Amino acid sequence: MRVLASLMLIFFSCLMVQPSWGDGGLEPLLDKLPTASFREKSALFSRIADTRSENGLAILRAVASGDLYYRKSDRRTVFATRDEGGYAITDSLTGEELGVAGRRDVKKITINNALRGELKQLIAGFKLKSDKTSERIEAARSIINDPSVDLMPLVSKAIEEETNTDVRAVLDLAEAAIIVTDKSSTVAQKKAALSVLGEATDSNVIGLVSRFTLKDSDGNYLEKEAELVSSAEKALETLKAKQSFYDLIQNLFFGVSLGSVLLLTAVGLAITFGVMGVINMAHGEMIMIGAYATYTVQLLMPNMIGTSILVAIPVAFLVSGLMGVLIERLVIRHLYGRPLETLLATFGLSLVLQQLVRSIYSPLNRSVITPDWMSGSWAVNGMLSLTFNRLYIIVFSFLVLFALIMLMKKTSFGLQMRAVTLNRKMASSMGIKTGWIDAMTFGLGSGIAGVAGVALSQLTNVGPNLGQAYIIDSFMVVVFGGVGNLFGTLFAAMSLGMANKFMEPMAGAVLAKIMILVFIILFIQKWPRGLFAIKGRFVED
Amino acid sequence: MISNISLQEKTVLYLNGVSKTFDGFKAINNLNLIIKPGELRAIIGPNGAGKTTMMDIITGKTRPDTGDVYFNNEVDLTRYTEAEIANMGIGRKFQKPTVIETLTVFENLELALAGDRKVRDSLFFSLSGQGLARIDEVFEVVGLGEKRNAMAGSLAHGQKQRLEIGMLLAQKPQLLLIDEPAAGMTDEETANLSALLKSIAGEHSVVVVEHDMEFVRSLDSTVTVLHEGSVLAEGPLSKVQENERVIEVYLGR
Amino acid sequence: MTYQGPFLSALLGERSSRWFLAVLAVVAVAVPLMNLVFPQDSALHVSTYTVTLVGKYLCYAMLALAVDLIWGYCGILSLGHGAFFALGGYAMGMYLMRQIGDRGVYGDPVLPDFMVFLNWQELPWFWQGFDQFWFAALMILLVPGTLAFIFGWLAFRSRVTGVYFSIITQALTYALMLAFFRNEMGFGGNNGLTDFKDILGFDLQTDSTRCALFVISAVLLAAAFVLCKWLTASKFGRVLVAVRDAESRTRFMGYRVEHYKLFVFVVSALIAGVAGALYVPQVGIINPGEFSPINSIEIIIWVAIGGRGTLYGAVIGAVLVNYGKTYFTAAFPDLWLFFLGGLFVVTTLYLPKGVKGLVADSGLLRKLMASRRSEAGG
Repeated sequence: MRVLASLMLIFFSCLMVQPSWGDGGLEPLLDKLPTASFREKSALFSRIADTRSENGLAILRAVASGDLYYRKSDRRTVFATRDEGGYAITDSLTGEELGVAGRRDVKKITINNALRGELKQLIAGFKLKSDKTSERIEAARSIINDPSVDLMPLVSKAIEEETNTDVRAVLDLAEAAIIVTDKSSTVAQKKAALSVLGEATDSNVIGLVSRFTLKDSDGNYLEKEAELVSSAEKALETLKAKQSFYDLIQNLFFGVSLGSVLLLTAVGLAITFGVMGVINMAHGEMIMIGAYATYTVQLLMPNMIGTSILVAIPVAFLVSGLMGVLIERLVIRHLYGRPLETLLATFGLSLVLQQLVRSIYSPLNRSVITPDWMSGSWAVNGMLSLTFNRLYIIVFSFLVLFALIMLMKKTSFGLQMRAVTLNRKMASSMGIKTGWIDAMTFGLGSGIAGVAGVALSQLTNVGPNLGQAYIIDSFMVVVFGGVGNLFGTLFAAMSLGMANKFMEPMAGAVLAKIMILVFIILFIQKWPRGLFAIKGRFVED
Repeated sequence: MISNISLQEKTVLYLNGVSKTFDGFKAINNLNLIIKPGELRAIIGPNGAGKTTMMDIITGKTRPDTGDVYFNNEVDLTRYTEAEIANMGIGRKFQKPTVIETLTVFENLELALAGDRKVRDSLFFSLSGQGLARIDEVFEVVGLGEKRNAMAGSLAHGQKQRLEIGMLLAQKPQLLLIDEPAAGMTDEETANLSALLKSIAGEHSVVVVEHDMEFVRSLDSTVTVLHEGSVLAEGPLSKVQENERVIEVYLGR
Repeated sequence: MTYQGPFLSALLGERSSRWFLAVLAVVAVAVPLMNLVFPQDSALHVSTYTVTLVGKYLCYAMLALAVDLIWGYCGILSLGHGAFFALGGYAMGMYLMRQIGDRGVYGDPVLPDFMVFLNWQELPWFWQGFDQFWFAALMILLVPGTLAFIFGWLAFRSRVTGVYFSIITQALTYALMLAFFRNEMGFGGNNGLTDFKDILGFDLQTDSTRCALFVISAVLLAAAFVLCKWLTASKFGRVLVAVRDAESRTRFMGYRVEHYKLFVFVVSALIAGVAGALYVPQVGIINPGEFSPINSIEIIIWVAIGGRGTLYGAVIGAVLVNYGKTYFTAAFPDLWLFFLGGLFVVTTLYLPKGVKGLVADSGLLRKLMASRRSEAGG
């Protein structure tokens, strides 16, 4: 084994150490590419890989995904992406933008299946040598995903050279994956590999291992070696236990994520309902306005997408908040003491706002670009990866909640707001300007809705009906958690989010939602004012 | 405990060791109170002494945490709803006069009239001669005859107070609980009201919660002073006014 | 409000009711006649399209009556009354589906097309019996009635009132909408029930059937009006008003408020169910969209516009707003939501008594409105 490995090492180092270094070596290779036969292309691709340059990798990937073209006029190889009226092309060597080319002006660099397999190896090899550990792990994972005996030499060499234990562990798995899929491996090798795979934390491994436990239509194992079947089953058992554990964590994460969205959308509603006793049916439209504010800010700063989302937060807060104050001063103030009429009037406003947005931005959905720092996901291990946008939204909603708690507890505005919630008359007779508090509270609640809109714009498309989609769920949170208590809202949002996500796999998304609505209808029997209702003789029924 | 009092004498209302806490605030704290048949009782006490909560407990709006609440020696009021308690013969007048504003004075009394409260009966109800006579009786007691067909919402504040007391009387209750009746009334109206309450006591038991000392004095009845949810003193007004602790917490300031 | 003497003669003695029933009778007779008797090119001819359209308005008017009965008289703001309407409609739709028989696209003698499409082998249990009209008619009452009874019993017993009640009814209709959108529910999913052929053996496409349905709608609307009038004019109606204006007071007078609310809520749901059942054969389709919360809120605005607590006001409001909708969505589709939204705001702000309040000019009424406004806070 050792001898074999060192032989391979020597063989490969010869192969790798070729005289062409740097981008300078790429140009002649690229020049040949448009006219090369498949056989010639194979050699060209390996030589491109040998340059070990970022650009070379990008070129190989583009070939593999069918995005590498050449321009017929000057045979320049270009990256092309589909665009209106043709392709937007960039020079593959210099990265220079070459504008839009017509469909007939460019031609794809074609490959066949054999070449595609080779490319895969080259790319994997490329990345296995990367300086970044994350890339090396990613490369090793992709091998587990799609093991092929052709990659064995690469993997073995990488294992020899790898110093990072994390990467090393994934590489070991990759090696084991190759061994179990390779027909020429011995039973002992396979058995050893299976036990390695059993220790893995990677969902792709499960498929590999379970192949050994497949049965034919008569119920006999397809795998003839009973020894392998039993060790595969043992490995599978531990793998599945781990998988269900990480599935649980994943579900928890989805639950918390949905919960924090609900928290953002409902907390403003809970505040206005608590202080003023009115339900703002236009709350959903405040969310929508926040989302459109995000979209507009992004349109205004097209070159700074990453920053625009941060700018959008205060902008959305102000726009929705001002709209809220306006609604309070113009409409709700005149309906004080008539909560049902307020509900109707604000519903009317929600229709007007929806139509307004339709008229200004068109009825079509708009999509807000997710900035780089929010896209992608954090792969905790091979069984668990958490998307960044959801992670950020969870953190963000807790920040908003924290800021609100501080506002309620530490500022005189918060104190006055709480006073009005508990006993409006008393607060008024103690010199609190309840009208002003109402306007500010409404503005605050609407502002938070706007901020929720910023968060939602990262999860879904922005459209005139965005608010409608969330408003009933937000009501449920308020009804469940009770008003006048932020922790009640937090608890309700999180439990409803969790319940939804945990029932979804069992019952499907729609049925889960129906079950939650029915639950709340029953829940309100026992606790008509929510779980954390304020009790006391000042609370009127 | 119950056999104890029934042995002693008949009581209309019997509260023993009643406590009620709202979010840590003790609204009622070990309250004891006995009302005898036909008695007129005034209950005074500063804001937050627990007067309204006591009324809520007697009428079934609030359940006490601990303690006994018995009506006519044997009925445990803590097990019944507001409507059931009302039908047993306990009438309550709110602090803020509450009448059905969009019905006429007559219709208000007709609704309050003792009788069946079932949905079915209400659908096929027609006023009997006896009922009409009863309403006329009530008009004689509380006045308002000239406002018979006026909307209750159009009445003046004092008139609403009288209508509400009239509605209570139409219910033919054994016990009337009356919350701050003198609030917002003129001196003349107050005097009339005091005479009215004194006249209906005897036939009914009457409990009046009041702030206005002049009014309480004019009732000339036993006075119970509540403070922080329990009884501070009880007796004739003159006696109560001499009580050191009462002076300290309430009268003297 | 209190009638002396026999109810019906007293009802006809009341000017507004007399007018209302007279106008309804004229419409019920004139519209079908003008459709059937006058030739198409006559100036007096009413097209079948118009007959159906006005018939639809009559169904909406009935639905508005149902809402006015609970909201106008008892202060119960249901934001889910469209659900009862839709359930009645689905019950009728199921009957009409079964009447198609083997005339469907797939020609299955028993299974409706959508079930064949979903590869169902047999009729689900809850579709049994709907081939009989009497059974469907029973279900039109039973299904909305039972739902209203269970829901109302739960809600009123635990004293869910005001905005909480409104939100929960909204959640109810929303949940039903989601449920009916599912194909697995067996009600045709997204597309609902449609392509009806005939009712009780009469071809739905003929003018005479349309006119008959129109007359039946008008008659049942009148019947619902008389029923509501009778309920609200009795002592029962006065208890409802008492509950609306001072719920606590009513309870302390010894009335079991929850029983009264439950009774009127169920009656209202029954009326809504019948309205839905009449609506479906006239418009020719019922789908889950009828459950959408917005539909239910729109009913409220009909009643608010017409003036709550008058019954005939609800009918006027339903017809006016729906005529406006027909007109606007054809002429200025972009403006309709502005208009409807504006109506909500203007009505609640300036017309607490609806259009009817504009006409009424008595000093007492104004005073009452003012005092009601301050009272509603308690």
